[in-house]
Amino acid sequence: MNKIFLIISREYFSRVKKKSFLLTTIGVPLVIMGFYAAIIAISIDDADEKQKIAIIDEANLFEGTISSDNKLTTFSFIKNETETSFIKKYKSQGFQSFLYIQTFELDQPEKFVLHSESNASLATMTLIENIINKTLREKRLLAKGINPAEFDKISGEVSVENKLDTKDGAKKSNAGVAYGVSFACGILIYMMMIIYGTQVMRGVTEEKTNRIAEVVVSSVKPFQLMMGKILGIGAVGLTQFAIWIILLFSMQMLLPILFPDMINQINNASTEESKESVAMIAATIEGIAALPIGKIVSAFIFYFLGGYLTYASLFAAVGSVVSEDQQEAQQMVFPILMPIILGFVIMTKAINDPNSSLAVFGSIFPLTSPIVMMGRITYDIPAWQIIASALSLIACFLFFTWITGKIYRIGILMYGKKPSWKEIMKWSFSKG
Amino acid sequence: MNLLTLRHLKKYFATQKAVDDISFDIEEGSIFGLLGPNGAGKTTLLRMITGIFYPDEGEIIFNGKKFDPLNDAANIGYMPEERGLYKKMKIGELALYLARLKGLSKDDAMVAIKKWFIKLEMESWWNKKVEDLSKGMGQKLQFVTTVLHHPKLIILDEPFSGLDPVNANLIKDEIFNLAKNGSTIIFSTHRMEQVEEICNHIVLVNKGKKILDGTVKAVKQDFKENIYRIGAAFNSNINSSDLFDVVAQKENELLLKLKGDVSRNQLLNHFIEKNIDIHSFNEVLPSLNEIFIRLVEDTPATRKFQSV
Repeated sequence: MNKIFLIISREYFSRVKKKSFLLTTIGVPLVIMGFYAAIIAISIDDADEKQKIAIIDEANLFEGTISSDNKLTTFSFIKNETETSFIKKYKSQGFQSFLYIQTFELDQPEKFVLHSESNASLATMTLIENIINKTLREKRLLAKGINPAEFDKISGEVSVENKLDTKDGAKKSNAGVAYGVSFACGILIYMMMIIYGTQVMRGVTEEKTNRIAEVVVSSVKPFQLMMGKILGIGAVGLTQFAIWIILLFSMQMLLPILFPDMINQINNASTEESKESVAMIAATIEGIAALPIGKIVSAFIFYFLGGYLTYASLFAAVGSVVSEDQQEAQQMVFPILMPIILGFVIMTKAINDPNSSLAVFGSIFPLTSPIVMMGRITYDIPAWQIIASALSLIACFLFFTWITGKIYRIGILMYGKKPSWKEIMKWSFSKG
Repeated sequence: MNLLTLRHLKKYFATQKAVDDISFDIEEGSIFGLLGPNGAGKTTLLRMITGIFYPDEGEIIFNGKKFDPLNDAANIGYMPEERGLYKKMKIGELALYLARLKGLSKDDAMVAIKKWFIKLEMESWWNKKVEDLSKGMGQKLQFVTTVLHHPKLIILDEPFSGLDPVNANLIKDEIFNLAKNGSTIIFSTHRMEQVEEICNHIVLVNKGKKILDGTVKAVKQDFKENIYRIGAAFNSNINSSDLFDVVAQKENELLLKLKGDVSRNQLLNHFIEKNIDIHSFNEVLPSLNEIFIRLVEDTPATRKFQSV
C-alpha cells in the first residue's frame, strides 16, 4: 500500500509541478473569464462612435421629426436638395450617410435608399429600418382609423414562467440554464475522460519504451504500477477541477472590484438591447440558484471518477501493448473512443428528452453512463435509475481493471511485434 | 550456504519453451555467471528469479525459504538488459524514488544515495535531469539505483554495455567489493572474457535447458584437449610423431596436442634428447569463448518457433 502511494505521488507531482499544468489550469479559466467579460462589456457598451445621418424626405414621411432612443445617431433633414445633387455634398457637410425617401403610396412603398461611401454597419441599417417601419406602421394604422397606442395594447405578448415546487419552496426555473448546465457537465466529462485517458496511455507507453517498466516491476507488482499511474493522473484531474472552481468563484467576486462602473452601467442600461441583456443575466442567476447544485457536484465527481477509472484502465492496457509507433496506438484506441463518442451523441439527445428509453438506457449502461447521466442531471431522475447506473459503473470498473491488469502485466514487458487481438484476449483471461 | 536454489523451473510461452526444466544452486557471496546465446531463456529465467514472472512449474528457494516476490523484492536488485529511467526526472529524485520503491525509508535512502554518489563521483548530478546524461553516465546511475538498497542478491544483465573501459573498470571493482561484503551476484552476459575475469561459477543455458554447470576452473579442465605450448629455439620444422600432433608452429613457439596416454615428461624428454633449448612449457586451457562456441555451435543462431 505504501508503494502504490509512492507511485501515485510521483505521477501526481511530476505532472502538477510542470509549467504546462499551471498554464492550462490557470490559463483556461482566465480565457473563459476574459471571454465572459468581453461579452458583457460588448452588450452594455454604449460608447460607440457618433454618426450623423442626413435625410432628404421628399415623401414627408417623418414630418420633420424623428423620435429615436439612439443618442449616438443624429438625424438632420435637408431641404432644397435632390438625391443626385446631394450625393456630392453630404460627405463635405460632415454626414456619414444620407437617406433618400422619394414620394410613395402608403400601401406600395418604393425602396428606400441609404447612400454611404463605405458599407453602412448592420446596427445603422437596423436602426433606420426600425425607424422607418415604425413610422410607416403608425401612418398605416392612422389611415385605417386605428389608434396606434390601442393597437400596441392589443398586440402585447405574454411570457410563460416555469415555477418548480420543491420542498424548499417554489423556485423559478430556467429551462435554458438547466439545458446549458447539463450540456456543459456532459461535455466536460467527455473531454476529461479523453484527455486524462490519453495521458494514462502515453504514460504507460513512455514507461514501456523508456525501458523503466521492468526496473519498477522488479520492486512492485505490475498492477500496483498501473493503478498508481491511473490514480495519480485522476488526482491531477481533480486538482485541476478544484483550482478551476476556486478561480471561477474568486473571479466572480473580483470582477465588481476590478470594474466598479460595470454594475452602474448595467443598472443604467439605456438601450433596449442592454435592458434585455440585464434581464437575461438576472434570469440566468435565478436559474442557476434554482438548480440542485449539491446533487450536480456530487454526481459530477462520482461520474467523473467512475468514468475515468473505467476508461483509464482500458487506455492503460492499450498503452502497454503498443510500442513506439503512435499510429498503432491510434488504431487500438479507436474501439475505446467509440463508446465515449456514442455516449456523447446519446447525451445530446437525452438533454432534449431526458426520459426517453434511449436516454434511460444510455445513463445506466456503464460505458456511456458517465456522459449521458450528466446530460439528465438537472432533471428529476428516478432513484432506481441512479442506483442501477452507479452500481453497474462500479461493477464495470472492477471488471475492466481486473482484465486490463492482466493485459498490462504481459504487455508492458513485450517488445517488438504488436500482439494480435486474439493474443490479447488470451492474456486477459490467463490465470495467475 | 546456498542463497538461491532453483528446482525444475519451467516457463512455457505460446510459441516457446522459454525455460524448460532448469535447476541450479547459487552459493552466498559468489559471483555467478549465467551464460547463453540470444534467446536461450536467460531473461525469462531472471524474470522468474526477480518475481516478475511466475514459473509454470518448479520452485525457487531464496535465503532458505520459498521465494516470496512481494517481500523478497527488497533483497533483490535487478538491472535488466532492457533498462531505462524516467527521462524528465531529476537524478536525485529518481534515485530516491527507486530506493523507496524497494522499501527504504526516505532518510535511509538519502544516506545510501549520498554514499554511492560520492563513491562514483556523481555528487554534482543531483539536480540534473536524466535526459542530460550520456549513455555511459546513465548506465552508472542505473547501476547505483540497482544496488542502493543493499540487496542480498544483485542481478546484472549485460551491465557493461555502453560503458567505456574506465567506467567499466570502476563498475567491475564495485561488483568485486559488493561480493566481498557478502552480496551474491548473478551476472548475465555473452561477453565471455568478462565472465572469465569476474565469475567463480557459471551455468550455460541454451534453448531453455541447462547444458553446463560448474566453476570456471572445473569447466576449463573438463573441456581441455591436452594441448601444450612449448617455447624454444627450434632449428628446424617439427613434424607430428607418435607422441603428438602439431597444431601450429611459429618461429619460437610450438603448439601441440598430446596423443593418448603420453605423459608430459615423455614429451619433454623427446625434445631434450633432440638438444632443443626449452624456455617455457605450459598447458593451454580452452577459453570460455571456445567452450561456449563449441557447445552452442550446432544449434541454429536463432531459436525456431515451436508449439508447446
